[in-house]
Amino acid sequence: MDSQTAVEKNGTEASLLEKKIHRRKFFKFSGVAVASAAFVASCDKNDDDNDGVNLGSGDVGILNYAYALEQLEAAFYTQVVLTPYSGISALETEYLRDIRDHEVAHREFFKAAISGVATPIPNLEVNFSSINFTNRDSVLGTAKAFEDLGVSAYNGAGKLLTSPVYLGLAGKIVSVEARHAAIIRDLITPGGTAFANAEVVNAMGLDVARTPPEVLAIAATFLKTKINASNLPTS
Amino acid sequence: MNLKNIITEIEKADPEVYERLDTRRNSMKQFAFAGKVLAAAAVPFAFGSMFKKAYGQTNADIVGVLNFALTLEYLESEFYKAAVTSTAAATASAADKAALTLIRDHEIAHVAFLRTAISGLAGTPVSFTAASFDFSGGNGSGTGPFATAFLDYKVLLAVAQTFEDTGVRAYKGQADKLIPNNDVLTAALQIHSVEARHAAKVRQMRRALAAPNLIPAGVTLQPWITLAQSGIDTGNAGANAAIQSSYAGEDVTTQAGANIVNIGGQTIAANEASEAFDEPLTMAQVLTIVDPFIK
Repeated sequence: MDSQTAVEKNGTEASLLEKKIHRRKFFKFSGVAVASAAFVASCDKNDDDNDGVNLGSGDVGILNYAYALEQLEAAFYTQVVLTPYSGISALETEYLRDIRDHEVAHREFFKAAISGVATPIPNLEVNFSSINFTNRDSVLGTAKAFEDLGVSAYNGAGKLLTSPVYLGLAGKIVSVEARHAAIIRDLITPGGTAFANAEVVNAMGLDVARTPPEVLAIAATFLKTKINASNLPTS
Repeated sequence: MNLKNIITEIEKADPEVYERLDTRRNSMKQFAFAGKVLAAAAVPFAFGSMFKKAYGQTNADIVGVLNFALTLEYLESEFYKAAVTSTAAATASAADKAALTLIRDHEIAHVAFLRTAISGLAGTPVSFTAASFDFSGGNGSGTGPFATAFLDYKVLLAVAQTFEDTGVRAYKGQADKLIPNNDVLTAALQIHSVEARHAAKVRQMRRALAAPNLIPAGVTLQPWITLAQSGIDTGNAGANAAIQSSYAGEDVTTQAGANIVNIGGQTIAANEASEAFDEPLTMAQVLTIVDPFIK
């Protein structure tokens, strides 16, 4: 191509880019989550149909990952509130009801947010056979495990998101999960340092961060539905 | 050179590329103009220059964020160092003292970690000492609205709660600036959730205090933030107003355009809808909040 053609081509493309930027800006201000059409299309390419629910790739994959974890937590606390353990205190009831509401809100939020840009994963089937819902130790022990797991999952997933909008939303949620984790730990061991002891905060003052495979290996105990995270970003 | 394809490739790695470029409208316009007059061979150079402008200053930005965080960690660590040995803490239970001591140790660890991280990025960490701060909130006068913080345990915990909730919001507000550096972003998130654990614990400690505990009548103080309620009434209007600036904007119940109240047909009240999401503060908001505590 001669230089004149190249120049015209580039000039045209530059104006197309400006149009695209304006369109993106419109999406931003109209409250629609920032999404890329190319990205959404890529999500359906690599499904391994025979290997469980595929979370997908890119930012949507990470949102589906969070949606899966919030589904698990919401289902757990819904059951806890429905069938309170024996000897539950008024304070525990108050906190567990609030936590249930928060987790249900997170679950429904992710469903709505993903629906705006892609097809969210379906409802997951849980397996709570290892939990004795009539027993305080069993319920609060599970709650502690879920909350610490959730904190570590969001801490580990932040870097996998490319959109600052999604990162901001994950940040708004993870600190609430950390509040839950601290108070559940405090209910189990009243007073003292259980809320942030060396099980979860290291000598540098850092909380736990886990990769999606690490998190899902732990969560798998509580899920009948198999999760396929093979297309999630790893860095 | 196919500009559109290149931008599409970059978009795969950075979906925000359009926003970044859009903040550089002049560069973009200059580039569009340049495309018309430059020879094709010169286009890559103009293109590189445009991206340098969009992505430049990255390391300096990150060091700036970390020094901001370090300033807050110094504030907290010096506060808790003084708090655990204070007259006020002498009236606290052994369990409460253990909790405050653990929080102190975490804040000291955060200072050390951030100093190392900043030096590792070839930046210069800021330095503060106990003498840098006025925990009365008096800008160095020592007679600010929180002058009894180290004398009265309920005031001490009210200030601690405000610092912790502010710290959570401060880290949250900077996360997007750390996207270019995965290690720093992850570490900041790991500190952020520790601050949230602290905040929840301090709130629980306040709730367990016998009245008068500075919790306003009719307010049930919980480990999470309900609407924009501080859950603190010092009896001093100036102090209350200072505290309230740390909770402004926490009452939102809409996230990314989705109304969280009764979302998805579930019964979610406004209180819980606001509690379920903590909100960020900008660096400027945080610096205004902490300014009275720095001499």
